[in-house]
Amino acid sequence: MSDTHSATPILKLEGVFTNIAQYHILQGVDLSVPRGEVTMLLGRNGVGKTTTLRTIIGHWRAHKGRVLFDGEDITKLPTPAIARAGLGFVPEDMGIFGDLTVEENMTLAAVSGPIDQARLQWMFTVFPALETFWKKDAGTLSGGQKQMLSIARAMIEERALYLIDEPTKGLAPAIITTMARAIKELKDQGASILLVEQNFAVAKALGDSASVMDDGRMSWSGQMRDLTQNADLQERLMGLSIEAH
Amino acid sequence: MLKILVSGDTPRSPILLALLIVILIGLACAPFLFPGVRSVDTAARICIFIVLVASYDLLLGYGGIVSFAHTMFFGLGAYGVALASTHMGRGFDSLLVGTIAGAGLAALLAFMIGLFSLRVRAIFFAMITLAVASAVAVLVSQLSSLTGGEDGLSFKIPRALGPAFKFTDGEILGVKANGKLLKYYLVFLSCFALFLFMLRVVNSPFGRVLQAIRENDFRAEAIGYRVVHYRVAATCLSAAIAALAGALYAVWLRYVGPDTTLSMEIMIDILLMIVIGGMGTMYGAVIGATLFVLAQNYLQNVLSLAGDNVSTWPLLPELLNADRWLLWLGVLFILSVYFFPTGIVGRLREK
Amino acid sequence: MSAAPEHAPTIAQTSLRERFAPYAPGLLVLILIAAGLIAIPATSSWLTLTVSGLAMGMMIFIMASGLTLVFGLMDVINFGHGAFVSVGAFVGVSFLLVLEHMTSAPHLLWNLTALMLAILGAMTATGLMGWAFEKVIVKPVYGHHLKQILVTMGGLIVVEQLIIVLWGPEEIYITRPEALKGAITFAGAALEKYRLVAVGIGLVVFVAMRWTLRRTKIGLIVRAGVENGEMVQALGYNLRMVFIGVFVAGSALAGLGGVLWGLYQEVITAHMGNQTMILVFIVVIIGGLGSVEGCFIGALLVGLMQNYVAFLEPKAALISNIALMVAILMWRPMGMIPVVKAK
Repeated sequence: MSDTHSATPILKLEGVFTNIAQYHILQGVDLSVPRGEVTMLLGRNGVGKTTTLRTIIGHWRAHKGRVLFDGEDITKLPTPAIARAGLGFVPEDMGIFGDLTVEENMTLAAVSGPIDQARLQWMFTVFPALETFWKKDAGTLSGGQKQMLSIARAMIEERALYLIDEPTKGLAPAIITTMARAIKELKDQGASILLVEQNFAVAKALGDSASVMDDGRMSWSGQMRDLTQNADLQERLMGLSIEAH
Repeated sequence: MLKILVSGDTPRSPILLALLIVILIGLACAPFLFPGVRSVDTAARICIFIVLVASYDLLLGYGGIVSFAHTMFFGLGAYGVALASTHMGRGFDSLLVGTIAGAGLAALLAFMIGLFSLRVRAIFFAMITLAVASAVAVLVSQLSSLTGGEDGLSFKIPRALGPAFKFTDGEILGVKANGKLLKYYLVFLSCFALFLFMLRVVNSPFGRVLQAIRENDFRAEAIGYRVVHYRVAATCLSAAIAALAGALYAVWLRYVGPDTTLSMEIMIDILLMIVIGGMGTMYGAVIGATLFVLAQNYLQNVLSLAGDNVSTWPLLPELLNADRWLLWLGVLFILSVYFFPTGIVGRLREK
Repeated sequence: MSAAPEHAPTIAQTSLRERFAPYAPGLLVLILIAAGLIAIPATSSWLTLTVSGLAMGMMIFIMASGLTLVFGLMDVINFGHGAFVSVGAFVGVSFLLVLEHMTSAPHLLWNLTALMLAILGAMTATGLMGWAFEKVIVKPVYGHHLKQILVTMGGLIVVEQLIIVLWGPEEIYITRPEALKGAITFAGAALEKYRLVAVGIGLVVFVAMRWTLRRTKIGLIVRAGVENGEMVQALGYNLRMVFIGVFVAGSALAGLGGVLWGLYQEVITAHMGNQTMILVFIVVIIGGLGSVEGCFIGALLVGLMQNYVAFLEPKAALISNIALMVAILMWRPMGMIPVVKAK
């Protein structure tokens, strides 16, 4: 583990400010995502977690500060270029194309060519439901299946970094387990992951390091286990404690 | 006193103020300052188009809604007067009946179109008005037994507004004191009153809400304003005033036809006037309409002069042909929308 | 009777209605054709009118499809679309006039080759023009409907005037290629040959477009982009390039529509494009802005309605299409096949 820590982080945000209309949502975000780890982005609702991810992928533009991906400045790149540099994005609303079939959604996600069959088979072992509904319109899937498709779409090609926004929101416990397993498998393949998560149990199980946001800034960064072991810290940072979960 | 008259909406720019005063004096004294059939006719057209363009600005500049049916409403008023005068005989009562019927019908039609399109999406309005207005224009030229078709209708207006009527012997300041003079002042004063009325409307709470909707309809709805209601109301008001302007135009010309009221060309003229003058200010309509009508009447001569000078060049004479002035207006229009979206009035007020 | 059996049919009915809903627009075309059969006394006239209605519908579809896709993909409404129709007609007709030796001989193959060359020329010209139009006129006003309407309208005026500068202010009368003149008789009905060709070309365009949208990656990107452009970009596709492509293709199709429409009317003017826009707008509104299928069905409805009503009561033809639009918007306010945006 020590050598990955010493290497440059896969993603680094330096003093990022993002305004949406007249609202200053991000007010100087500093964030570092180490290579090959799952980094949790935590915090209460409305502190700017989703905006942080959207700024990284380029849907919103940083007005100040820099976003560095693998040491390269991607702050001003258009979204497609950022994605092709090696970022996979799973948005909060899942971004499923409901008029397209599951197959078409996956075909589209394979940006560089036809779907890699070996990777697809691996996909099916993680999410068997997708094989069952392969030819169905994605719009007719259940909420959990849509979430699976959304993650599967990001996973179908190898990416250096995945940005995943609340993959377990509103899902049944059994599906949450599947999601957690998928993210774990991604990590085992060597990918880095920045994960926004409200479910603290999931965060605790998956997270290597963690950053906690408050009011458009990072209020704490460190190892996930330091956070899980310190109830006072959780209380102070997020207004909750493990005991509550 | 003056401030009350303009509803507190002062020009806020010395140059603009000067321009407006010049235009007002020019129009108020046109028969005396510029005697001659053509110049008085130009002055009357300016008056009427100021009202027409200002009523369109209620929609476009204040409501943020694009309509292509404004000439249809204009035409409804004009045809109302013409039909009433034809069937009820000449007289002020027919003018009144025709005007009211035209304005009422215009408001009703605007209400129905608004209800159908604005409920869903403001952009529907532009497309639906284009379709409906074109259909009405086709219908008017087809129903020739009623409307005179392409030839239009010539009709008689009350004797008191004709050149044969003398309300006092001799002349006033060298101008014949006949019904024609009365007719000009009927047009001028009606237009002046309508303009002041619109100025009042846009500076009322109703006008403020409209502007709030234009800036951010989502937020206006969230604050609790029924966006659709306000937009439909603005559409009806705008249509009714356009119809009144149409009625005045019919009285002035003693004629109504598809080319003078309903054609797409006039719709495009209105758009040009409003963009060049300045959207979202009533004074923009004054500047835009005045400049445009003057240009229409006199600039074409300049263009044809330029065309004659380059007659040896290839294609250039064609481009500078007086009939092609719409081409240059189109270019000017596009450039204005890009670079001067606030028009002349907006520019003057910036300084 | 107990309450339960009374309940059961209600549930079945709802589900039936739900299952039926996607097919309702298509059935509407058949219903209209059937209504025409009832209203029009002679079956042979009905057949003639149905074919010309379909021909007209196909041509309107060709002109409207680009407009609706451009809107769906980038929320751009192009009021200058009619300019491409006019330019297409003028370029196409110029080709046909040059190729007169091919069109004047009563030789079907030669005639069709000339027609294809004219169409190719017109589509190339309008495609290039679309590319320039997008760069100069549309791009600076992305995301601003009011300015889009004004500026594209301005573009239309300029293009119409330029046509007059280049081709003169008079309307140009043209005759159809020799072998496409006249009609064939089928089941006692006279079917104009040219209209059959127009139906054929329209079907080819529709099938090709559907195939592209369903079976190619570009098609997938376009369909996904209509639904959620942001996500398509996040996957790594440059939606702007795709949009330019669609704009150019839509302009080229408008040019094709212009050639077909010009030969259909046998006269062309600079304003013809804007005149056809009346029907085109009705079609894209009733079809559902952004939906190609809706546009196709809407175009057939409008074409058939126009022809049936014009036969029964000529003056009511255009008004009947306005009435059709009103009726459909009362039924489905967003059009027959509404496009659901993700955002």
